[in-house]
Amino acid sequence: MNSPAPILIRATGLTKKYEDFVAVNGIDFSVAKGDSFGFLGPNGAGKSTTMRIIAATLNRSSGSIEILGKDPELHGPQIRAHLGVVPQQDNLDQALTVTENLYVYGRYFGLPKKFIRAKIEELLEFAALEEKRDVKVEALSGGMKRRLTIARALISEPEILMLDEPTTGLDPQARHILWDRLFRLKEQGVTLLITTHYMDEAEQLCDRLIVMDKGSIMAEDSPSGLIKTYSTKEVLEVRFGSDKNALVAGELEALCERIEVLPDRILMYGEDGEHLLHTMKESGLQPLTSLVRRSSLEDVFLRLTGRSLIE
Amino acid sequence: MTNKELERQGSLKIVDTAKIMKYGALFVASARLRTLSKWMISVIAASFANPLFYLLSIGVGIGSFVNAHSTNHTIDGVPYLTFLAPALLAMVAIQDGLSEVTLPTLQGFLWEKNFFAMNATPITGKQIALGTFLAAVTRTFFSVLVYFIVIVAFGAVDSGRSWIAIITAMFASSAFAALMMGITAWAKNSDLLLTFVGRFIVMPLFLFSGTFYPLSSMPIFLQWLGWISPLWHSIELGRYFTYGHHLSGTALALHFGYLLAMLVFGLLFSFNEFEKRLSK
Ligand SMILES: Nc1ncnc2c1ncn2[C@@H]1O[C@H](COP(=O)(O)OP(=O)(O)O)[C@@H](O)[C@H]1O
Ligand SMILES: [Mg+2]
Repeated sequence: MNSPAPILIRATGLTKKYEDFVAVNGIDFSVAKGDSFGFLGPNGAGKSTTMRIIAATLNRSSGSIEILGKDPELHGPQIRAHLGVVPQQDNLDQALTVTENLYVYGRYFGLPKKFIRAKIEELLEFAALEEKRDVKVEALSGGMKRRLTIARALISEPEILMLDEPTTGLDPQARHILWDRLFRLKEQGVTLLITTHYMDEAEQLCDRLIVMDKGSIMAEDSPSGLIKTYSTKEVLEVRFGSDKNALVAGELEALCERIEVLPDRILMYGEDGEHLLHTMKESGLQPLTSLVRRSSLEDVFLRLTGRSLIE
Repeated sequence: MTNKELERQGSLKIVDTAKIMKYGALFVASARLRTLSKWMISVIAASFANPLFYLLSIGVGIGSFVNAHSTNHTIDGVPYLTFLAPALLAMVAIQDGLSEVTLPTLQGFLWEKNFFAMNATPITGKQIALGTFLAAVTRTFFSVLVYFIVIVAFGAVDSGRSWIAIITAMFASSAFAALMMGITAWAKNSDLLLTFVGRFIVMPLFLFSGTFYPLSSMPIFLQWLGWISPLWHSIELGRYFTYGHHLSGTALALHFGYLLAMLVFGLLFSFNEFEKRLSK
């Protein structure tokens, strides 16, 4: 009962080149059953490329990867039978209705018609699309399409659900509905693979993360572990006006563990932000604005790459 | 964990990979036909309107002109309408087959990318190609059948084995569709491809395949266009079966052989291009 969860995905030195361009550069990772595993990184980091290789729809250039103990280049269909895939770009059948999309997709998995019909009812409820069941996909909102794409990926009760930027382009309310649904799946023990360039999404949904940049892995840990290793507990954000920020940077650096000078503000890292603000004011520095917050994955990324996640 | 244990887990309790390997192409075809059935009314209307207009304008119109000016009121030994009918049958088969493979292929790879959605399931690129092809053939068969009924109603066939022309028209249509499906998957630039196909393939096929007059009345340096055209081969066979146009045994074998080669090559080429494009 207490034996460690089996490894479902294991990649070693995984590399993908498009012509001469290296999109994924020799990455190693493994995902255990029941994990909620995230790939966090900015646009172009190689997240989608990695996802497509795992989904057994894109051939790697070198390195090795096993999904459920099989090589995707040799056993593509057998591996895909276990997966539910939500691609970065929705590719629903626009001319078909919500239920028809689910039905047709279920047939691609060779599922019995009776099973699919019952499953559709369950998924419509899950995706909160009962009232749209006979509506054509082209008439749905972005959030509804995204939920339908996720529902579609669940029709075969997959071992592993893969979501490539599940909430990009959605408004905050639609994002929260989606997060709630994904959280439910996580509780049911579905293994989740999620890519995102939103640090809040990664914090919310992932137990374990790899931080990717330019095709390489920069760090790997739990969200809190990453913050512990690469940042401090709190951050003090101060603004002195864009021309003065650089001038005071030297003085501020002496006060805290580490600083980051951004174009519009300075981030000061320390264990106690309020205390930091207090000592700063005592030493005669008066910022125009100040804000104390907890460290986030954004700070981790900044520390690791010197850049921010969303340009 | 052993493979045995993995096989029995989660989704594989309900997903039957062996069944998908066997019937995947049929699942793809039936999904495509389901989409097509949304336009059932216009599909049926077009299937009837097309032959009616052609037969009335060209068959009857030009026919009376030809009959008035030819010595014995015949061409290839039969009235013009009888001469033209099998050619129109072959032409509609080829045109419908062409659009029924190019549109879903462009949609699948470019416009809606739904081929990538199919390929995320156990369905393979080869099955997507075969399924798209089978749906196109089914849809085309419907048009050809309607066309044939209209031709018969016009009294433009006069042999008991005329119905075999349906098969020869479908044969040529399938061969050309298979090839064009592969080319559509292979081409990067879809708009350019469509324009190119329309101007440089369909039009010459239409004009240089002995559709409106016997190919042999063309100068020899233009006749080769007919020889490579699946339409010409199909028309020759159609005329043979509808009114007994003369063909030697060798000619028959060559016409069938050419189309069969195109069909086999076209399908293998498509399978390969679909697999390649999906895994890029
Ligand atoms: N089919 C392709 N051909 C050439 N380059 C590609 C292709 N797909 C992705 N790339 C490039 O590979 C890099 C990684 O892309 P991608 O995996 O989509 O990153 P992410 O999903 O993290 O934004 C990017 O620089 C992208 O431009
Ligand atoms: Mg991406």
